[in-house]
Amino acid sequence: MTPHLPVLQVVIPLMAAPICVVLRQATAAWLLATGVTWSAFAISLMLLSQVMDGGVISYELGGWVAPWGIEYRVDPVSALVLVIVSAIGSVVMPYAKKSVEAEIAEDRIYLFYTMYLLCLTGLLGIAITGDAFNLFVFLEVSSLSTYVLIALSHERRALTAAYRYLIMGTIGATFYIIGVGMMYMMTGTLNMADLAQRLPEVAETRTILVALAFLTTGISLKLALFPLHVWLPNAYAFAPSVVTAFLAATATKVAVYVLIRIFFTVFGGVDVFVGLGAGKALMLLALVGMVAASVTAVYQDNVKRLLAYSSVAQIGYMILGISLVSVTGLTGGIIHIFNHALMKCALFLVLGAVSLRLGTVRLQDMAGLGRRMPLTMAAFVLAGLSLIGVPLTVGFVSKWTLLQAALEKDLWLVAAAIPVTSLIAVVYIWKVVETAYFRPVPHGAAEISEAPASMLVPIWIMVFACLYFGIDATWTLDVARSAAILLLGGAP
Amino acid sequence: MMNRKPVLRVNAKLLIPAILLFALYVQFHGDFGPGGGFQAGVIFASAFILYALIFDVNNARTAMPPWVMRTMLATGVLLYAGVGVAGMMMGGNYLDYSVLAHDPLHGQHWGIFLVELGVGITVAGAMITIFFTFAGQKR
Repeated sequence: MTPHLPVLQVVIPLMAAPICVVLRQATAAWLLATGVTWSAFAISLMLLSQVMDGGVISYELGGWVAPWGIEYRVDPVSALVLVIVSAIGSVVMPYAKKSVEAEIAEDRIYLFYTMYLLCLTGLLGIAITGDAFNLFVFLEVSSLSTYVLIALSHERRALTAAYRYLIMGTIGATFYIIGVGMMYMMTGTLNMADLAQRLPEVAETRTILVALAFLTTGISLKLALFPLHVWLPNAYAFAPSVVTAFLAATATKVAVYVLIRIFFTVFGGVDVFVGLGAGKALMLLALVGMVAASVTAVYQDNVKRLLAYSSVAQIGYMILGISLVSVTGLTGGIIHIFNHALMKCALFLVLGAVSLRLGTVRLQDMAGLGRRMPLTMAAFVLAGLSLIGVPLTVGFVSKWTLLQAALEKDLWLVAAAIPVTSLIAVVYIWKVVETAYFRPVPHGAAEISEAPASMLVPIWIMVFACLYFGIDATWTLDVARSAAILLLGGAP
Repeated sequence: MMNRKPVLRVNAKLLIPAILLFALYVQFHGDFGPGGGFQAGVIFASAFILYALIFDVNNARTAMPPWVMRTMLATGVLLYAGVGVAGMMMGGNYLDYSVLAHDPLHGQHWGIFLVELGVGITVAGAMITIFFTFAGQKR
């Protein structure tokens, strides 16, 4: 089956989703989804090791030769994204059972797993496809299922959040497809590798310029680049806990991947960053986003919202890395996709456990929680340190790489922004830590116990991953660097 | 209430079988003429929607219970994806129809036939589900 791995990566979760609908039974759907996500993880690891040993894998769907048929193309960048998405998707599953039972009505649980698998299908598909239109299809598969996942929450406000995300997400996807349509008009092809070859000839035309503008804006909406991030805080804050953890760690990351793909592969032969000025624009938005979203996070009362704003700031780091257009910068951006997925997943999983026991994630209700749920909150502290970027955690690795990249280009102001926003991160993480550890438990608070083991284990797997890849970053840096070199190979 | 509108009732009764039959024609003749799974699914569903409009939604729900719609939604997707897997099992790539029969031409024919059937089933299921969901808004 080895030659078919690229397509199995997408088809297994795709076929499992309708089976969940037929099963209709919560536990059966959960078992199926767990098995499927873990096998998707295994497949993605096999693909990554194949790619690192033997180079790019190409798979022709239906036996139609690319560029006419749809091609699945796995290179180090897409393989890394596949691993991130499927790893998060599978680690979250054991955790999901209890959390979902508590937050979603019994008769809708099978729908949750169906949508979860569809969302996974979409995200994996975006990462693996080598066809610009096919990417749009998977973008829609993942987005539509995401809207449903958010709306499944018991919070009534989740409906408005999901609706707002639906409107913004649809605009984003529409812009993307308009851009693809314009590129197709000028080149007559949809295959990314083929587009990369044909675009330089027509790069000077207004159509392609407009296409690039539509593509950039559309994808920026999807990845919540400041100031197009307004849908994100509420969507994350009111979605079911598992959904927030999964989406925060994967959905925006995959959108960042799409941006990288479009800029470095499709427009690889065109001077997008300096000649067309996209580099400066992205860098400015990234910097403003880093500062503004971090400051907003400090003033949040709902901890889920706080972390959601922090996500917007962290996306700024990734975009900053991309906008530097150097091997080090891109390495930093790519490795931060991986590292941030680990820590944000850990943090949101902690909040899911808190919400299960406490019933709320508001800051004042978390007073004294460090003594009532010691293991859970200890995980929050460690993952929080990682978010700040303390040495020996993953956050440090990516911030250090980005700092080096900024200094390489003598961009002192940019370099200064990285420690400054990290200091703001200290403030908002400390707010939570202080409340949890140094405030007394309110009088008359109900007795609560530690989170169940099925939730603690995934949380701590993520926390250990944060520490492990922070202490020994050789592997992640190698993958990110080879991905960056490959991406910049096509750029001038 | 509808008892007072015999013209509508009689005409609907005459039309519904014809619509269903036409849906099947669009479905299975789709590879020779205009048509295909999506169009056929919508036409098929429109027969049920007409029935619901004329003879009350509740009767239509009895004719098409939720479990049937759910099964339709799932079966169509599974049929489509299953054809792809079958191609893979028989030595081709995913969704390679050429290997499905003794020669590529027949293989392609069978492949597109089954895949479009999958599309038709799911689209019909989805259309009816959407209509019933909106029709149930008031209660």
